[in-house]
Amino acid sequence: MTAIALIPLTVWFLASVITLTGRDHAGVVTWLRTPSATICMVLLLVALFYHMALGLQVVIEDYVHSGARFPVLIAIRLGCFALAVTGIVVTLRISLGG
Amino acid sequence: MKTIASRRRPLSPNIQIYRPQLTSVLSIVNRVTGVVLSAFAVFLVIWLSAAATGPQAFATVQSVIGSWIGQFLMIGGVFSFFMHLCGGIRHLFWDAGYGFHLRTIYASGWAVVIASFLLTGATWALSTYMAG
Repeated sequence: MTAIALIPLTVWFLASVITLTGRDHAGVVTWLRTPSATICMVLLLVALFYHMALGLQVVIEDYVHSGARFPVLIAIRLGCFALAVTGIVVTLRISLGG
Repeated sequence: MKTIASRRRPLSPNIQIYRPQLTSVLSIVNRVTGVVLSAFAVFLVIWLSAAATGPQAFATVQSVIGSWIGQFLMIGGVFSFFMHLCGGIRHLFWDAGYGFHLRTIYASGWAVVIASFLLTGATWALSTYMAG
């Protein structure tokens, strides 16, 4: 499900970044403030870090068999959650800030 | 009559002595690129945070991206992205129950590799063009 959502979202992001090549801070902020860019960025962050948590979980489950497994899985979950929240908050700060 | 213990028994394939095949290599590549892209996802949040902090912080992050090592990493990241994207689309077809003939599996596998190289090249060319 996250994989399907990430196909358009990541392609949108890459296409945007290509068009933003060489633009300064003001140009990037102007872009991110457009409602469509803000919405897509928040959706991207949600889908991306959910997908990343699921993917890394499988990798850890396959290769880590020691007692470290459970704490590492928890750390990955919390880390992805924290990154998603941070990304969304800074995006909204750019978008809604004065 | 040979006893069970003395008979030559088949050994399970071991990854170190197993001949690499397109199928197994792409499976591993999909995993590795996924882990690599996790690092780029972290960088995305750093990039956004810098943009929210101000022009100076953003310029610092942009100069890191613009450095030769930054450019090298970005091209690697874009290639990893396309490998993971194309490989992921291949997996979605499998999830839907299509493309399981051996010929199809190899054809789609090579398509993933070729498409990733072409798309990475196209991305590099377009961003170079945009940079002027």
